[in-house]
Amino acid sequence: MNMRWKMTAAAAALAVGTTLGAAGAQAQTTLRVVMHSDLKIVDPIWTTAYISRNHGYMIYDTLFSMDEKGEIKPQMVEKYDVAEDKLTYTFTLRDGLLWHDGKPVTAEDCIASIKRWGAKDAMGQKVMTFVDAITAQDPKTFTIKLKSPTGLLIFALGKPSSNVPFMMPKRVAETDPNTQISDFTGSGPFVFKQDEWKPGDKAVYVKFDKYKPRAEPASGLAGGKVVKVDRVEWLAVSDHQQAMNALLAGEIDYIEQPPHDLLPLFKADPNVRLIDYNPLGNQYSFRPNHLHKPFDNPKARQALWYAFNQKDFLDAVIGNPEYYKVCKALFVCGTALASDKGMEGVLESNFQKARELLKEANYDGTPIVLMHSTDLQVLTNLAPVAKSLMERAGFKVDMQSMDWQTLVARRAKKDPPNQGGWHAFLTNWVATDVLNPIMTSYLNAGCDKALFGWPCDAEIERLRDQFARETDPAKQKEIAEAIQVRNLEVTTHIHLGQWYQPVATRKTIAGVLIAPVPVFWNIEKGR
Amino acid sequence: MFLYFLRRLAATIPVMLIVAVLVFLMLRLTPGDPAAIIAGDNANAEQVALIRTRLGLDQPIIVQFFIWMGNLLRGDFGESFFFKKTVAELILGRLEPTIALALCTILIAVTVAVPLGVLAAYKQGTWIDRLVMGFSVMGFSVPVFVIGYALIYLFAIKLNWVPVQGYQPLSQGFGGFLQRLILPSVTLSVIYIALIARMTRASVIEVLGEDYIRTARAKGQVESKILFRHALKNAAVPIVTVIGLGVALLIGGVVVTESVFTIPGLGRLTVDAVLARDYPTIQAVILLFSLVYVLINLAVDLVYTLFDPRIRY
Repeated sequence: MNMRWKMTAAAAALAVGTTLGAAGAQAQTTLRVVMHSDLKIVDPIWTTAYISRNHGYMIYDTLFSMDEKGEIKPQMVEKYDVAEDKLTYTFTLRDGLLWHDGKPVTAEDCIASIKRWGAKDAMGQKVMTFVDAITAQDPKTFTIKLKSPTGLLIFALGKPSSNVPFMMPKRVAETDPNTQISDFTGSGPFVFKQDEWKPGDKAVYVKFDKYKPRAEPASGLAGGKVVKVDRVEWLAVSDHQQAMNALLAGEIDYIEQPPHDLLPLFKADPNVRLIDYNPLGNQYSFRPNHLHKPFDNPKARQALWYAFNQKDFLDAVIGNPEYYKVCKALFVCGTALASDKGMEGVLESNFQKARELLKEANYDGTPIVLMHSTDLQVLTNLAPVAKSLMERAGFKVDMQSMDWQTLVARRAKKDPPNQGGWHAFLTNWVATDVLNPIMTSYLNAGCDKALFGWPCDAEIERLRDQFARETDPAKQKEIAEAIQVRNLEVTTHIHLGQWYQPVATRKTIAGVLIAPVPVFWNIEKGR
Repeated sequence: MFLYFLRRLAATIPVMLIVAVLVFLMLRLTPGDPAAIIAGDNANAEQVALIRTRLGLDQPIIVQFFIWMGNLLRGDFGESFFFKKTVAELILGRLEPTIALALCTILIAVTVAVPLGVLAAYKQGTWIDRLVMGFSVMGFSVPVFVIGYALIYLFAIKLNWVPVQGYQPLSQGFGGFLQRLILPSVTLSVIYIALIARMTRASVIEVLGEDYIRTARAKGQVESKILFRHALKNAAVPIVTVIGLGVALLIGGVVVTESVFTIPGLGRLTVDAVLARDYPTIQAVILLFSLVYVLINLAVDLVYTLFDPRIRY
């Protein structure tokens, strides 16, 4: 009897302890989110993976940022001056910027960070070809001296997507760009809890109490980064159905990329809302390999412009027109460089015209090795549509199915398609990665220096260089249009429409920012 | 017996060596390039080549193999290509959930399946027997993920008894640990209940026809004692074999179940590592699974002696 009483008392004490513990935990606001992927690589300069970029926005800050209207605004920079000859830019950092270890952010830190990013990022590399010297004037001021003017510098420093020029302490930024960093000290609004990071389980961030936000209200990635929760947990839930179940049950607060076929279920739940946080969305791309027959012939590549239409692709993958847009502008509809110039008659599935071009190309019926990615839902249905449209245009297509990582390895091979190489594949870009001819890496037509597919066209390269040197936005647009028209001849790639990905959140969540990247400052969590 | 144990233990060394060679070669022959995956979509060939050099993947395969084996013999599994962590750290962090899930599953499976199998054997040919065997067929036929989703819908979403997903370490409280473990364990145990129940039924039926059972009945022994003391004990060898095999098969089941229930165990680590072509992690996890498989087989062989005194090593 005595023993039973003791056990009862112990159980009661345990229950009280548990309740008190729970009450203590409730005092902290924790945002539980499921991102599009598990966080594997924690160096956002070492890789272009979007999940690493998103991690970067949590813990690092940027000199400039893109606001809701797509304009580049100072972020860590208090002010900057451009000399009259447009060759010297002087940047002054804001007061009170601190690293997570409490040390002040200095100009030397920023210089080292710019150099590491400039060695790795495609746009950074282009910008660095203009840079003569980067010099610290004092702990808060540094100058960038150019060899010749460019309109790219400020945009590049505020570019929103991979690789983002995140500022790191000098000791970290001096790491070889091809080696992953192991010190995760940033100066951003959140601190990365390295001790709680369990790959495949969760990544944890806590509010950086000493972060000094800008005074302006948050707008896109710019403005004041005011953190309104104590802790953010990125949970690795690989199963979409389970992520949905967890959101509906209130176990998590936010899903970054709910699949489109599950959206009706979210809409039907009164406790959940869908937010289209990225109005520019994403863009699908078809990439031909210029090295091998028949795509070594421009006419055969041009036939694709006439074989394809965007709607069929978008219908097959996204389905609901509410979440896609047929858009012929190469540099994304709704942006400064958006234009339909030269696009009349293409992307309308004119199979007769496509067949004529194929005949002119002397296409001999060589099967097109089309790589089909099967494991990423947003890509899976693209290749079958391409196959069908190409066959109707007179191509023979050998569609080979594989997982995305196999495709990534195979696309780097220059071997003939029947010996392990390839002819074409389809992929997706976040729209903010293709906003201009320099950022759009598929437009690099520098032969061996170009990305897989290896397009080779001196005219496109000349126009891209001209774009980089131009500082007048109106003239930049003219050059971008010329590149768009030239691409119809060269076909570095074919853009196959824009689509949008809402986030799903509990209705207790407020303050999700309209921005090209999902960010977690400004978000409040109610009870 | 002890010498036999030592001999079997020594025999695991060549087995593990063969597994190591096979795993290493298979991974290198599988399409995929970790360097290209790490570099991302915007990287050109030069950047990918630089990363490949950093990872040591530009070395001849034979050199890579001997470097890996050398490190392995020193107890160093290497560093993951992706996660800025050592493979040993990654595996240790994932052991608890997988061990907990496997033990809980086997516990449920044995506790439910053995009595069911004995009952079906005792009531052979009746509706109870047919019901148990019907359940077994269903258990074999329905994929684990379907059972998982059905149980989640019923117990987590409709009845709200347990959480939808996730794992809570034992150190954070037994209640939460059990609450999150019970559904995945039940899901995973269904197929083993089916397997063990069928084997138990068949073995017990065979034993129930033996002369010593008839003798026991003639002496007036009560049926429960006949079933559990005489029949089940003598039918135990094949049942233990099936349970042992079941534990080995669990490795495959754990991969699916951990994915469905978002349990950060070794199964999910394996899937993530394979998808990312994280060679050091895959090699280490498969070696570990192989070692577990070999040791379970050894344990099963040793357990035979407990049930059948005629078996001597």
